[in-house]
Amino acid sequence: MALLEIEGLRARVEGKEILKGVDLRVEAGAVHAVMGPNGSGKSTLAHVIAGRPGYEVTDGSITFDGRDLLSLGADERARAGVFLAFQYPVEIPGVTNTTFLRHALNAQRAERGEPTLDPIEFVRMLRDKMRSLGVTEELLKRPVNVGFSGGEKKRNEILQMAVLEPRLAVLDETDSGLDIDALKVVADGVNALRSPARGMLLITHYQRVLSYVVPDHVHVFAGGVIVASGDKDLARELEEKGYADFAAADAA
Amino acid sequence: MRARTTQSWPTDERLIAAERAAAAGPAWLAETRRQGLRIFRDAGVPHAKIEAWKYTGVNGLVGIGFDPHAPAPEVRIPPPPLAGLEDAYRVVFVNGRFAPLLSELDGLAEGVAVVPLTTAAADPPEAVRAHLGRVLDLDGMPFAALNAAFWTEGCLVTLDDGCTLSRPIHLVSIAAGGDAPTMFAPRTLVVFGRGARATIVESHLGTDGAPTFSNAVSEVVAAEGAVVEHYKQVQGCEADFHVGASAVSLGAGASYDGFALTLGGRLVRNETRVTLASPGAECRINGAYAAFGDSHVDNTTLIDHVAAGATSRETFMGVVGDSARGVFQGKTLVRAHAQKTDGHMLHKALLLSSGAEVDAKPELEIYADDVKCSHGATAGKLDETMLFYLLSRGIPRGQARRLLIEAFLAGALDEIRHANVREALRGALMKSIGDATRDLGCD
Amino acid sequence: METEPKTANELALGDTAYKYGFVTDIESELAPKGLDEDTVRFISAKKDEPDWMLEWRLRAYRHWTTMREPTWQKVNYPPIDYQDAYYYAAPKTKERLNSLDEVDPELLATYEKLGIPLREQEMLAGVAVDAVFDSVSVATTYKGKLEAMGVIFSPISEAVREHPELVRKYLGSVVPYSDNFFATLNAAVFSDGTFAYVPKGVRCPMELSTYFRINATQTGQFERTLIIAEEGSYVSYLEGCTAPMRDENQLHAAVVELVALDDAEIKYSTVQNWYPGDADGRGGIYNFVTKRGACRGRNSKILWTQVETGSAITWKYPSCILQGDGSVGEFYSVAITNNRQQADTGTKMIHIGRNTSSRIISKGISAGHADNTYRGLVRIQPKAEGARNYTRCDSLLIGDACGAHTVPYIETRNASAKVEHEATTSKISEDQLFYCLQRGLPEEEAVSLIVNGFCKEVLQTLPMEFAVEAQKLVGISLEGSVG
Repeated sequence: MALLEIEGLRARVEGKEILKGVDLRVEAGAVHAVMGPNGSGKSTLAHVIAGRPGYEVTDGSITFDGRDLLSLGADERARAGVFLAFQYPVEIPGVTNTTFLRHALNAQRAERGEPTLDPIEFVRMLRDKMRSLGVTEELLKRPVNVGFSGGEKKRNEILQMAVLEPRLAVLDETDSGLDIDALKVVADGVNALRSPARGMLLITHYQRVLSYVVPDHVHVFAGGVIVASGDKDLARELEEKGYADFAAADAA
Repeated sequence: MRARTTQSWPTDERLIAAERAAAAGPAWLAETRRQGLRIFRDAGVPHAKIEAWKYTGVNGLVGIGFDPHAPAPEVRIPPPPLAGLEDAYRVVFVNGRFAPLLSELDGLAEGVAVVPLTTAAADPPEAVRAHLGRVLDLDGMPFAALNAAFWTEGCLVTLDDGCTLSRPIHLVSIAAGGDAPTMFAPRTLVVFGRGARATIVESHLGTDGAPTFSNAVSEVVAAEGAVVEHYKQVQGCEADFHVGASAVSLGAGASYDGFALTLGGRLVRNETRVTLASPGAECRINGAYAAFGDSHVDNTTLIDHVAAGATSRETFMGVVGDSARGVFQGKTLVRAHAQKTDGHMLHKALLLSSGAEVDAKPELEIYADDVKCSHGATAGKLDETMLFYLLSRGIPRGQARRLLIEAFLAGALDEIRHANVREALRGALMKSIGDATRDLGCD
Repeated sequence: METEPKTANELALGDTAYKYGFVTDIESELAPKGLDEDTVRFISAKKDEPDWMLEWRLRAYRHWTTMREPTWQKVNYPPIDYQDAYYYAAPKTKERLNSLDEVDPELLATYEKLGIPLREQEMLAGVAVDAVFDSVSVATTYKGKLEAMGVIFSPISEAVREHPELVRKYLGSVVPYSDNFFATLNAAVFSDGTFAYVPKGVRCPMELSTYFRINATQTGQFERTLIIAEEGSYVSYLEGCTAPMRDENQLHAAVVELVALDDAEIKYSTVQNWYPGDADGRGGIYNFVTKRGACRGRNSKILWTQVETGSAITWKYPSCILQGDGSVGEFYSVAITNNRQQADTGTKMIHIGRNTSSRIISKGISAGHADNTYRGLVRIQPKAEGARNYTRCDSLLIGDACGAHTVPYIETRNASAKVEHEATTSKISEDQLFYCLQRGLPEEEAVSLIVNGFCKEVLQTLPMEFAVEAQKLVGISLEGSVG
C-alpha cells in the first residue's frame, strides 16, 4: 500500500467545487510534482490533505499509511506525519520561532511515545539543522515569520520540516517568489530530506524548481483534476508547450 | 415625573403651553410631540454626571433666557453661497422659519421633492408619517426630545427610487441674532428611495446680535442601495449655541458619506447616530473643527452595527486654540451576530495654546468575534520640526503655522467624497482659519 | 520561554481548571456577622491598635454609610448584602509567633500546596514572602535579613504598632478614606496586609511578595498594602491570590497605596487568580480593588503589571499620580475572562508635573460568555509641560458569545503634551490557529501559545518566577474556550 492514497477526491470551498475527482498515490521514498496553472486547484489539494478548515470534502477518500486521513483533525494529521510547507507562512507575533518549534516537536514526540526535549537539548539539535539552511540564530529568536523576508519565510518552513521529520511533506509553491540563490538553498534543503521512508508532494507553477529537485513523477493539474501523469520529462514538455494544451483537453 | 436637575428649563409653563399647542395638530404628530416632552421631562437638562455629557456642560446655555417667540430680525439678502456650490438648490430658513424669497429651487429634477415640513405634515405624504421621529431614538437625547416637542418648521426632502440628483441640495439655517436671545428647533427629514443618489449640505450660520440657540434634528432614511452624501457646516457667531442631532438609517448595500465641519459658535455639539441594520451597508462619518476664543466644540457619534458585514470609517480632526475646548466621543457598537464587521475610528487634535483643552473618548463595545475594529486618538502640538523647516525657508511664523494647521485639517477634509463640496468646505475652512488665526489663537 | 526553570508555583499548577479550590480545615476566629461601628471597634481591638487608627477607621465607616455603590462600571451582579458577611476571620493561633516552627502545620501545608513554601530554606532565592490567610498575616519570611538593610517588611497591623509615625504619615495619603465606596469600606474594616518601607538609597535586594489566600466561608477579605520608597530607593513587590471553590460570591475589597519619592522606583506585580466561579457563573470572588501610586518625587517611577485571570468580577484600575517632575508611570495588563467572568479594568495616569510620561499596554482576552472591558483615563493637567503618554489596548475575542470593550478617556489640557492612543479588537486568527495545528500542536496548546504571544509585551515585564506561572495560567484559564 502506498504511503498516501487519494481516490475520487472532490472538495468545495465556499460552496464552489474546486477538486473534481482527484486520484493520486504517493509511495514512500518518491517525490511527486504536481504542476498546474493558477486557479487549477493544486493548492486546494494541499490544504485538503492538511485539513484546513473551510475546505469541505464532498466525496472520495484520503488514506495515509493505512489510516483514514479525513477523519483526523489538522493537528492529528500533523502528528501522524503530514507536513505542509505553506505558500504564505503565517505570522504569529510574540511567539518566538524556537518556542513554536519546540512545542510542535514535543507534541509530535509525545504522540510517538518519545521523551520530550528540554530547551537545551532542543537548541542543540536545532543548531545542526539550521546551519545547512543558512538560518541564523537571530531568526530563531524573532517571532514566527514576523518581519521575515519572503526567502526567510520559505527557509523557515524547510527548517521546520527538517526538525519535525514528517513522513509526507507537501510543499505548496515553496519556490514562488524566490530569487535563484534562495531557490537553491531551499532546494538543497528539500533534497537533503529525501529519504526512502518519506514521500513528497511538490506543488508548483514553474518547472524551474524541478531542475533542482528532480521528481520521480510529474502530474499535470487542471480544472480540479489530474489531466496527465508522467516522469520528469513531462515537466520539460510543459515548459515548452505551456499549460494551454492540457487546459484545453480538460475543457473538451 | 419631574426633571432630575435642580434647574427647570425650559420652564414648566412653557412645557405645558407646548403640550397644549401640540394637541392642536394632527393626532399622530401631537403624539410625537408629547413623546418628546415626556422624554425631555424624564431626562431633564443633561449635566456632567450623565456620561454622554461628561465633557460638555450646558449651564451656559441654560443660563440664557432663550425665548422661542423672540421676533426674528428680517433677513433680506441671502447669505452668499459657498464658493463652488453656486449651482446647488437652496432652501433657506431664518430662525427656523422658511424664507421662500431667499430660497432657490428652480429646475428641481423629477422624482425629487423639497417641501416645508409643516406643509407636508398637514397633508401627510407617506414619507413624513412613516419616518418622522422614527429614525432617531430619543433615549438619551434630551435636546432632540425638546426638538421633537417644539419644532415649528423644517424641511422634507424625498427622492424616488432610482432618482439621481446631480446638483446638491443646500439647506441653509440662519440664526439671526435680534434684540433678545432666541431659540428655534430646525427639523429635517430626508428620504432616499431605492438606489437614489443625492448630496445634501446643511449650513448652520450665525449673524451678529443677541445669542441664539439652534436645536436641530436631521433624520436620514436610505433604502436599499441608496448613495447618501450628507455634509454639515456649522459656523455660528461667538454667542451662538448649536446642538444638532443627525440620525441615519441605512438599508442593505446603502452607503452614507457624512462630514461635519465646525468653524464657530459658543457651544456646538454635533451628535450623529448611524444604524447599520442591513448587510453590506457602508458608512463614513468624518469631520473637522477649528475652535478658538471660548468656543466649545463637541462631536459625538454612535455607529451601531446590527447587521453582519457592514463597514464603518470615522475620522475627526480638530484644532483648538485660545481657551477653547474640543470634545470627541466616538462609539462603535458591534452587536452579537454582526460578524465580519469592519470598523475604524480616528481622532486627532492639535492644541495651539496653554488654555486649550481636548477631551477624547473613542469607545469600542463589541459582542461579535469575527470583527476587525480599531481606533486611534492623538493630541499634541504643531510639529516643531516641520515648523522649523518652514521658518528656515523664510516663511513668517504666523503663516507657517497657518499652513501647517490647514495641512492638518485637510487630512480630514480629503475624506469628503463630493469634490465640489470638499472644495467649498475647504474654502470656508481656509477663510475661517485665516480670520481666527490672525493672532493665531496661539501662545 | 527560552529556558523554563520549574518553580514550586509551576509544579502546583496542573493541567486542569482551578487547582486552588481546596479548603484548609483550620479553626477560625470570626467577628460577629454584619457591619456596624462595633465591628470596626472589634477589629481595631483585635489588632491592638492605637486610638488614632480606630478614629480613622470610624471616620471611614461613618462616611461609608453615606455612600452608594458605584454603577458606572460594565459589570452585573446581584446586590451585595453587606450585613450578611463576616468582616474578620483569623486562623486561631497563639498570641505571637516567635518563629515559623510555631505556625500551625496545617497553614504551612496550605501554602506548600499553593506552591508558596514559607520555610526560608525552601524559599525561592531572592523572594521574601508575607502570607495573608483570610484576614491576617501568618508569616513573613526573610525579615531579619531585610531589617539589616533598614528595609521594613511586615504585616501592616504590626507596622501600625511599631512604626506609627510612618503609617500615620502615609496611610490614606494616596487613597483617602473617602475615596470610593469599596476603598472606604476597606478603610473601616481592613484587617491586615503588607507594609514595606525602603529607606533612602537602598536597593531592596530581593523581591518582596505577599500571598493572599481567602479560606473561611462567608468572609470578605479587606487587606491594605502600603509601600514607601524613599529617595533613590528601589523595590519590586509581587502579589498572588487564590481562594477555595465555593458556590457563594465572596468580596475582596483591597486597597494598595504606593509612594515613590525622588528618584525612587516601585515595581508592583500582581498575578490574580482568585476563584473565578464555575462554568455557569456560580460562585467566585468579587475583586473590587483600589490601587494607586503617587510619584511624589522628581524622576520617580511606578510600574504596575497585572495578570488578571481569576475572580468572577474584577474591578480595578491601578493608577499613577505623576506629581514629581520627570516622573514615570507604566501600566502593563493582561486580563483574561472566560465562561461567565466579567472584568472592568484599566488604569488612570494623572500627569501633574512637568515632563512626566506614562505608558499603558493592555491586552484583554475574552472567551465563553465573558465580558472584558478596558477602561482608562489619561489626564494631562495644565501645568504638565512636555507630558507624554502612549497607550495601546488590544482585545482578542475567542468565540461569538463574549464581549470586548474599550473605553478610554483622554483629557489633554496642555498644548506641549503628546498623547497617543491605539486600540484594536479582533478574533483569534484562524490562520495562526491552523498553522499551529498543522505543526501538530493540539488546539488548546495552540490557543495558549498564540495568546501568550499576544500578551508577551506584558508578561515579559514580570519577574521570572511569576512570568512562568503567568504563562501557564494564560493557557489554563482559557481551557474549554475553543472547539
